[in-house]
Parts: sequence; C-alpha cells; structure tokens
Amino acid sequence: MADDIATPEPAAEPTPSPEPRPDPQPPILRIENVVKTFGSFRAVDGVSLDIRAGEFFALLGPSGCGKTTLLRMLAGFETPDEGRILLSGEDIAQVLPHERPVNMMFQNYALFPHLNVRDNIAFGLRRAGMPRAEITTRVAEMVALVRLEGLEKRKPDQLSGGQKQRVALARSLARRPQVLLLDEPMAALDKKLRESTQFELMELQRRLGMTFIIVTHDQEEAMTVASRIGVMKAGKLEQVAVPRRLYEEPASRWVAQFVGDINLFEGEVTAREPHRLRVSTASAGELVAAQPVAPIDESKVAVAIRPEKIRLALRRPAGDAAAINCVEGIISDTSYLGGKTVYKIRLDGGAAIHAAQANTARLDADGYGLNQRVVAWFTPDDCVVLER
Amino acid sequence: MAAKSSRLSRFNVASLTLGLAFLYLPILILVIYSFNASRLVTVWGGWSLRWYHEFFNDRAMIDAAWMSLRVGATSATVATVLGTLAAVALSRGEGFRGRMLFSGMLYAPLVMPEVITGLSLLLLFVALEAERGFWTVTIAHTTLTMCFVAVVVQSRLVSLDRSLEEAAMDLGCDPVRAFVMVTLPLIAPAVLAGWMLAFTLSLDDLVIASFTTGPGSATLPIRIYSEVRLGVKPEINAICTLVIGLIAVVIVIASLASKLSSDRGESAAPL
Repeated sequence: MADDIATPEPAAEPTPSPEPRPDPQPPILRIENVVKTFGSFRAVDGVSLDIRAGEFFALLGPSGCGKTTLLRMLAGFETPDEGRILLSGEDIAQVLPHERPVNMMFQNYALFPHLNVRDNIAFGLRRAGMPRAEITTRVAEMVALVRLEGLEKRKPDQLSGGQKQRVALARSLARRPQVLLLDEPMAALDKKLRESTQFELMELQRRLGMTFIIVTHDQEEAMTVASRIGVMKAGKLEQVAVPRRLYEEPASRWVAQFVGDINLFEGEVTAREPHRLRVSTASAGELVAAQPVAPIDESKVAVAIRPEKIRLALRRPAGDAAAINCVEGIISDTSYLGGKTVYKIRLDGGAAIHAAQANTARLDADGYGLNQRVVAWFTPDDCVVLER
Repeated sequence: MAAKSSRLSRFNVASLTLGLAFLYLPILILVIYSFNASRLVTVWGGWSLRWYHEFFNDRAMIDAAWMSLRVGATSATVATVLGTLAAVALSRGEGFRGRMLFSGMLYAPLVMPEVITGLSLLLLFVALEAERGFWTVTIAHTTLTMCFVAVVVQSRLVSLDRSLEEAAMDLGCDPVRAFVMVTLPLIAPAVLAGWMLAFTLSLDDLVIASFTTGPGSATLPIRIYSEVRLGVKPEINAICTLVIGLIAVVIVIASLASKLSSDRGESAAPL
C-alpha cells in the first residue's frame, strides 16, 4: 500500500528528489546528543534531531530500537543520561511530566476506567485550573472534534476499540499541548479501521496545525501519516527524511531493507564514469547504476533495486544494451495481490529477486507463468548504490 | 460451574456434608444454645433471649467488647494505611535493591507462630517500659494484620496498568495527586477488603492480645476465655453468637468488595 503511495511512476521523476528546504524558523523541539542507558544497555545512543512546528514526525523502527524510550523522554517519564531536550528553546530534560507543555497518547490508551468520557477528557483541564464554564466548552469542542457526541456519559469499558482511541486522542489534545506524542496509537485497531484512522489523524493534525510525533514500527503507517520520518536502529537514528527520500534514497542497506522490499546485488565497482558507476556482481554480471548523491569511496558496494522498478519481458528490450541492466532467470513463484503481482525469479547466477508488476488492466493480466523464462530489466537511474 | 456441581457423585456429596458438618455443627449448636432459657449450658430449657439481656447488663463483658471494637478499628485503620503504602512500594520499585528481602520480611508474619509474635512484642514493650493496655494491643495487632492488608492490596496493584498513573501525570498531576486521583479510586475495593480482614483478625485474636495487654484492659476474647475457665455460662454462647454475626457480616462485605475490585480490574487491564 505505502509503496504505491510513496512511489508513483518511477519514470515521472528520474532525478533524486530535492533536499527539503531549510526552514527559516527555529525548531519547536531540538534533541541534542541524547543518551539513555538501562544498566549496560544503551537504549538511546546519542540521538540528535530537530522537529519543526506543525510537523507530523514519525519515529520508525523495529521493537527494541529505542524509539519508545526517546518518546518517553520527551514526555518526561524517563530522564536522559546525557544531552539536552529543548522545547521552544528551553531545556526540559529534567522537567517533570506534569510541568511539560507536552501531552502523550498512550499505546493502550490508558483511559481512567472509573471516569466517564467527559471526565476523562476534562481531567487535564481541571488539573490546569481552568474555569468550569471554559472546561465545558472545551470538552464539547473536543467531543465534536473526534466525533464522540452522545457518548459523553459512557465509561471506557462501554466503548469499542475505535471509540476508546478517539477518547484518548481527545484527552491528550484537550490541553492544547505544544507537541503531541503518540505511542503506537493505532496498534490495537484492525487493519481497515487503522487505515481510515490514519487519514483522520492527518486531517486533524493539518486542521489544528499542531506538532505531532508518532512512534510506530509499521512503515506503511509512518509513510502514510508523517511528513518526515526518522528511522531508528539500536538506539541510533539511521536516517531522517521525507517518506519519498527514505524509500527512493535509503541512506544505508539496513534502511533500504527495513522500509519496503528491495533486491540487492553485491559487487565491486569496476569503473567510475561521470554519472554512472559500473559494478561487477556475482549474481547478475555487470550492472550500471547512477552515481549516488553522496559519492561512495568504497569499492565493495551493493546495487539495490525496488521490485516495482523491475520490468519483465520475454526477450531483451531493443536499444542500447549498455545503458540498461538485464538479468535472466526463471519464475519460481508468483503471488497475486490484487493491485500487483509479485514474481520471485531465480536468476541464472543463482540469486533470487522479486519483481512486482502493476495489474493495470482487468482482462489481459494473465501475466507470466511458473517456470517461465523471463528477462528482468531496469534502468541505471532506478538503482541505488549502497555501501556494503 | 453449574454443570460441574450437577455431576457431583454421592461420595462427593457425602464428604462435602461431613466436612461442612464438622466445621459448622459446633457453631450451630452454640448459636442454638445461646437462646436456651436454662441456666445449665447442656440442658435445653426452651427458647429465650435471657442471656442476651444478661450480657447487655454485664458491665465487664460490655467493656471488653467495646475495647475489642476500639482496638480492632484503630489497628485495622493503621494497618491499612501502612499495608497499602508497603504494597505500593513493593509493586513499584522494580529497581530498588533488597526488594525481595523486603517483601519476604513483610510477609513473614503471615506464617510466624502467634506465640512468637506475642512474646517478642511483650519483650519489646517491657524493654521500652511502655504501660501495657489499649495502645500496646493496638500496636501488636497492627503488626499482625499489616501484612494481610499488603497482600490483598498488592494483588490488586499488580493487575493495574502502570500507564494510568503516567497518563495522570502527563495530564498535570504530580505523583502524589496521580496516586490519589487515579490509583486510589481503582484499588479502593481492595483497600476496603484489607481493612475488613484486619478488623476481623484483630477481633478474634487471643494469643497476641493476652501477651500484650495489661490489667484492666482485657479484650473480648481474653474476657471470654477467662470466664470459661471458671465454668461456661450460657451468656458466653450469646456473646459468641453476636461475634459470629458481626464477623460474618464483615466477611461478606469484604468479599463483595474484593469481587468488585477484580471485576473492575478486568476492565482496567490493558487491551
């Protein structure tokens, strides 16, 4: 799904997407060299990150990568061992949770079971000493915002999962925090509901103009909702980029494999041309790839190509044979996924690759059969060269 | 449950009946004989409330009963506060050193023979030259019952979602307020059940009370025991029936409270 959203036709934009423009205003949140250890385990290991006001930022990573610990440090439930956290220029690293202008939506929602929907939403407003009349207005506003009208008197255990999620959202938004933190907010919802909720969340964020930071292990979710994504691995930020760059220009092999599906051809650089690298690979012979944006000095590299950027044909395409990459093999597996079909191809060199073909027509999409011999080809511009 | 009980075999029915009879027949006989009109405990002389009347006019016995109620209420209240705090500390501080030792020490009185607890407290009070009476018994009973409260409250706390308190802090409560506004209402039934348990334990304790009490401040069990040594009067049956009634009521309330607590616990548990 996210693949489709993040990558329209590869031919539409052959050049790498431009660097995001530097923002003139200072970041609302600045994380500087933050370290957090639990015993000898470095959960967060020197993370620096700027988050701009009004941004929808996603922290993406596998479980145990430190993303939740980082979020909990932003909320104040953990204190960094080193580094600073600046919110609107003020260091809040040692400020207690209840004194931070930041609110959090918890993964299991953490709704107070002894309070009804209205009192749950009003909880933070009452603690802030807001006048009674104002609380009533604000709660009504929040209830309308998340479409919970008529459920104000219900207790949390009388609500469905989706309704609980919306109460939790309303409760964390009610105090109008400078930054809203969301810890896996959709993990407990089923797939269909999750997708519609993702779009509602984006719409809400745009309408309120608030800064959202979401933690998720689901790359589709991160791609869908976030304007920028930080990928974390073992306590470190691997790459921070807009979803498109993350997918099309992964900074490392690990990011390339974590975000979406990718084929890798290990090899050695044999020639460096002005815009091209020639790489000799064991599994696919010589490949031509575009020079990466940041030049790679290593000679041992991997040429990476996304499955949907591989074209399939019965014979080699006509034209300049040196300008494209062709590999041949036998289809060993096919999975029909509706919108696309993924072919697993065993190359003559022994390696297996994935190629995805969009099913653009309803009737002629019989595609290729098992054990059929095919030519898989892709252009140098669609390749990414990664350090090994 | 219903399906299971309907398939009880004859053997099960017989053993259940015998077991229940063994437990409750003596109490039933005591209750019946408390309404006996006869002066002799073992001879039935017809129904009467005479011995209840006698009890309410027995100054010494009423004083002892009042003493027991005061000791019970005071020690149960103190034990509930201390036991709840201990349970909170134990269910939280995963990090603090010696937690295992602390919890072991807290629960040791559960299995400690009462004679030892009583004797050691007596030695302590003698060493401190404390005047023995209401306060020494109350302190001794607090020591005895605190661990029971801690067990009841802790079992509720471990099933409580930690992030509830974090959510309260996130929404502007300092840690103490978060505990009072969120955790306490959710564990209240368990705290109440703990109080009831402590109260009944204090009410029927004889051993520790006889070690730690002083002249002129006998609790009801001590008073009854000393009366019985001089010969059983039917009045004792009446008093015991009243105590049984009181304890039964308290236990029913306590078990209802803890059932309410665990029902809430299910809904409060994380998804």
